[in-house]
Amino acid sequence: MTILVDSHTRLLIQGITGYQGRYQSKAMMEFGTKVVAGVRFGKGGQKINDIPVYNTVSEAVEVTGANTSCIFVPAPSCKDATLEAIDAGLETIVIVTERLPVLDAIHVVSVARAKGITLIGPNCPGVASPGKTKVGILPNKIFREGSVGLVSRSGTLTYEIVNAITEHKIGQSTCVGIGGDRVSGMNFVQILEMFEKDKQTKKIVLVGEIGGTAEEEAAAYIKKSITKPVVAYIAGRTAPPDKRMGHAGAIITRGKGTAESKMKALEDAGVKIAKFPTDVPELLGQV
Amino acid sequence: MRLFEYVAKGVLAKHGIPVPEGFVVTSAGQIRRIPGPVMVKAQVLVGGRGKAGGIKPADNLDEARKAASQILGMNINGHVAKEVLLEQRLDAAKELYLGITIDRSHRCLLVMASPNGGMDIEAVPEDKILMLPIDPLIGFQLYHGRKLAEFMGLEKDQAAQVEHICLRLYDLVVREDAELAEINPLVVTKDGRVVAGDAKVTIDSDALFRHPEFGKFEEDLTPLEKKAKSMDIAFVQLDGNIGVIANGAGLTMATLDSINVYGGKAGIFLDLGGTDDPEKVKKAVLLMLEANPKVILLNIFGGITKCDTVAKGVLEAMEGQARRVPIVARIKGVNEEEGREMLKDAGLVPASGLSEAAEKASQESLR
Repeated sequence: MTILVDSHTRLLIQGITGYQGRYQSKAMMEFGTKVVAGVRFGKGGQKINDIPVYNTVSEAVEVTGANTSCIFVPAPSCKDATLEAIDAGLETIVIVTERLPVLDAIHVVSVARAKGITLIGPNCPGVASPGKTKVGILPNKIFREGSVGLVSRSGTLTYEIVNAITEHKIGQSTCVGIGGDRVSGMNFVQILEMFEKDKQTKKIVLVGEIGGTAEEEAAAYIKKSITKPVVAYIAGRTAPPDKRMGHAGAIITRGKGTAESKMKALEDAGVKIAKFPTDVPELLGQV
Repeated sequence: MRLFEYVAKGVLAKHGIPVPEGFVVTSAGQIRRIPGPVMVKAQVLVGGRGKAGGIKPADNLDEARKAASQILGMNINGHVAKEVLLEQRLDAAKELYLGITIDRSHRCLLVMASPNGGMDIEAVPEDKILMLPIDPLIGFQLYHGRKLAEFMGLEKDQAAQVEHICLRLYDLVVREDAELAEINPLVVTKDGRVVAGDAKVTIDSDALFRHPEFGKFEEDLTPLEKKAKSMDIAFVQLDGNIGVIANGAGLTMATLDSINVYGGKAGIFLDLGGTDDPEKVKKAVLLMLEANPKVILLNIFGGITKCDTVAKGVLEAMEGQARRVPIVARIKGVNEEEGREMLKDAGLVPASGLSEAAEKASQESLR
């Protein structure tokens, strides 16, 4: 078993006629994903990489039985596209689109949560369960099927670490990029909970970065509820502090949010911390 | 995008929040009359201007002109005051704090209030700050306002005014796509009015496409930063001598951290983000060369940004360069073979992994 996406995933791609939609839908099919439909209003009836294109999400769902959507539409129309997907009854939605206004993210995330829909992203690389299915833009070649579950706020740094793990012949159950924006559909705690329940997952890798308190919250959850061993890497130990949130940011975080605070919280929860991203495989061997 | 105080106050006024009467000038000679005793305030996008002498009281026209000419041109923590705001001085009985920002943990907007507003708000004990996450499906309602006003210890008339201000401020955040709206102090005057003494508003730069009206305000950036911004490249200048070009915020940060482990120091970093345009890569490399680093570390893990695209951009940028800056290149991911093949004869220092690349670049920088 894996989490979030598996061989039952029937994928629909919103924004399939764009450059990324075309390129990535092909890459996903090559990975083994069942891409059953594309959506682009006004382009219904066309085919992209042999995938039928529909004008609306509801029509695509009705005809093809799609249950998952991957969204590539540009930021100004992304909120509309996401709400259309939610309204059409899709179970899982992955938003790859970056630079979505934060208030749009708050809106779509709250609607998805109220409707019990799994929303991942925005600004995320997506989810891959090696040997089964990939939804998103993670490079195909870096994976290997196995038992490590990985969750990350980053994109390219995720590839870096997955690649290092695979080079050490350690495979993965599912790799999830939850997205680096301030507001995301899924957070560390939700994914950790899924990995804890998943029988295929034996060990967990968490990739965090400075800003916000998601890693501290994950650490508290690991201490309380995770029995599987966890290895973490935190990026941003030498990054300049982000001052743009003014007093309000300082009031909320109260000293949390730095790399030191995150690493300390995770260490206190029994998590092994990697010095370099490429140290992760070695630490996985130790736990 | 952070707004100058006077612009922020204009936005507040537009949404029905009381602000002191005032006006902005760029020279002391422009001041013709003042609305009674005023405060003369430097318009800079940086904190600590009061302590730096950027805010002065003036009781009459002469004093106002004198204060304005002292402040204009003043360098406040690296920012030059080009404009001053003159506004009616408030006779404060109480200074409160009211702010709205993004609550990342609860994934919603967060309204914050304190009865202890003013200079040292960050040092106010936690039990003196009320933090109220607002469910986006419910929105801000008057009951939230009543809770906030009660916490601030306000009486009937002022409570009603503050409830109204909270409601208007939340509406402002939603309508203007603000990621931060802060009124500190929110002043209760001796004659019982509630007025915004200062205002900090930051517009979500990702939402500027639907707020073209903010596009006309110039941001306080260095020439290179301006150039990078126009190219949609994240660009930060630090105090070291290694130029880092990477793709993605997480990988960029991990690269900086790794350099640090080997004793090197990043002087500038460029995050290409997700691009598949060789022209953008070329411009980024040229921009990096302009910043004059001792060595460049190129660390790319291709996904949306393909390795051959990066290679093409790098080659085009290097063409016709008189000065050869050493480039340590680590290229991995989608189309990496093609990318490496293209860069084979370009005189770059190849590195296979992130730590190897960091080590080589650090050694080169310390040479």
